[in-house]
Amino acid sequence: MSENANKLIHTFGALAELGHEVTNKSNFQDTIRTSLHLLLGSLAIMRGGVARYSRFEHELNMLAVRGLGDEFPLSFSLCDEDERQFLTNGLYPIEISKAGVLPFFQVHDQTFDPAKLQLLLPLVIRDETVGVVFLGEKATGEPYTDYDKEIICAMGRHIGGAIAQRNMLSELERRSDENRKLYENLRTTYSDTVKAFAAAIDCKDKYTEGHSVRVGKYSEIIGAELGWGEDEVEGAAVAGYLHDVGKLTVERKIINAPYRINAKESAELNKHPAVGYEILLPIHHPYTDVPLAAKYHHERLDGRGYPDGLYDREIPYIAKIVNLADSFDAMTTDRPYKRRRPANEVFEDLQRNSGKQFAPEIVAALFRGLLKELNGESGEKRFRKLLGREYMETEGLAPMLKNSLNGMTPTSPLTMISLD
Amino acid sequence: MDLETQTSRVQRMEDKTAVVFADDYLNKLTGEKIERECRLRLNEGCTELVVNFSRTEIVNSIGVSILLGVIDSASNAGANVVFSDVNENTVELFEMLGVSKHALVNSKS
Repeated sequence: MSENANKLIHTFGALAELGHEVTNKSNFQDTIRTSLHLLLGSLAIMRGGVARYSRFEHELNMLAVRGLGDEFPLSFSLCDEDERQFLTNGLYPIEISKAGVLPFFQVHDQTFDPAKLQLLLPLVIRDETVGVVFLGEKATGEPYTDYDKEIICAMGRHIGGAIAQRNMLSELERRSDENRKLYENLRTTYSDTVKAFAAAIDCKDKYTEGHSVRVGKYSEIIGAELGWGEDEVEGAAVAGYLHDVGKLTVERKIINAPYRINAKESAELNKHPAVGYEILLPIHHPYTDVPLAAKYHHERLDGRGYPDGLYDREIPYIAKIVNLADSFDAMTTDRPYKRRRPANEVFEDLQRNSGKQFAPEIVAALFRGLLKELNGESGEKRFRKLLGREYMETEGLAPMLKNSLNGMTPTSPLTMISLD
Repeated sequence: MDLETQTSRVQRMEDKTAVVFADDYLNKLTGEKIERECRLRLNEGCTELVVNFSRTEIVNSIGVSILLGVIDSASNAGANVVFSDVNENTVELFEMLGVSKHALVNSKS
């Protein structure tokens, strides 16, 4: 076989291996190191290096170096003129003797050993400079032929492609990271706005100050006890925070009436769920059902609630949670016309109304959360903060909750929500 | 017997000469192992580095690049490089690429 044929076989073998290397999913640094080996080994080039260009930092950073010596810089700053000249030149080797026109080359002229460096290959891919390959002398000591340069270009295209692909991936990662941060910011802003809104709602009623915030927190606890995911639990909290937003349109004297309100006033007050729904509907919430929770949080399983008198399965699940949280807070806090009720009485009442007013599995979730805290199984003291220490230390509370939980059916006859 | 054991044994036998055995296929993994071994011997002051190719069937482009690296390191350390027991095809490859200009190449026969 002639020498030329052998050379061709050797070179094409390297080209094939390079193609395989850049398309397989190995580590990027490793790919570049192997690519440099293949390029140097295909034409027996004594030394060389591959640098990646960052167009944001205008910097060439060496990714792989072989035999260029300790003095060889690991990074170079490029100016617009360097970039312009690379783009004009395209992906074709530049002889070192002609590289003096490049500003970056002039800066590093002293550090480039002309005996060790013979060619520069700008890696221009799709009209963008992604890197530069530095090449030293051939082992034969002969100058590079046109054929050699064609091989170098072909291999450079592969290496440049690998760098461009990596750049694209990095850019995607950067943008995705930016989006994530932006999303988190928006979420925090939304959450803060919701809490501020809840505080504004509660300001209307001096006796129920903090009511919306507490309903939000109870709804959150119930959601978590039902085994919901983080987002859903957060959604339940938001639904609780905003459930009474419709009260903003109800006259303060009705809300703050220190007596049992009359039928007319009651009719006025009972509009607040529908009004709340109207207020919340045009807002794009990250969680579904927030407006529905506002609208239906006074519905009852037995159909005796308002505004629409819906029955069990017709009531959105989130509204059932908020309904229990709302009632629980109403029973456990002082009202203008009524003192808070003793803990035993409240839990008996909730159990008695389970399946009538409240969904049993939701009542069970509330009881479970409370029992866990009483038994010290929960690391947090959420109920203690909301209800007060004294209330939580009511005698016999834990056994009573335990008994209640044992005696409760997992679901109401009509509720088909899975407890899994 | 692994590479390091073989090398160590030869080192004790012939002062200042280190023999490193290449594997059957000189690729990146085995090649980089040889390169590390050669650098270690050069750092220890060896003045003649022998890479034995008796078990080597094929040297690909990566292998050539690594051997050029060995040659460069040896040259910087003022040491000579000998490629011994090289098969006919690899001798042809080394000659064609100019590798034999930088190292003494002894064929198998």
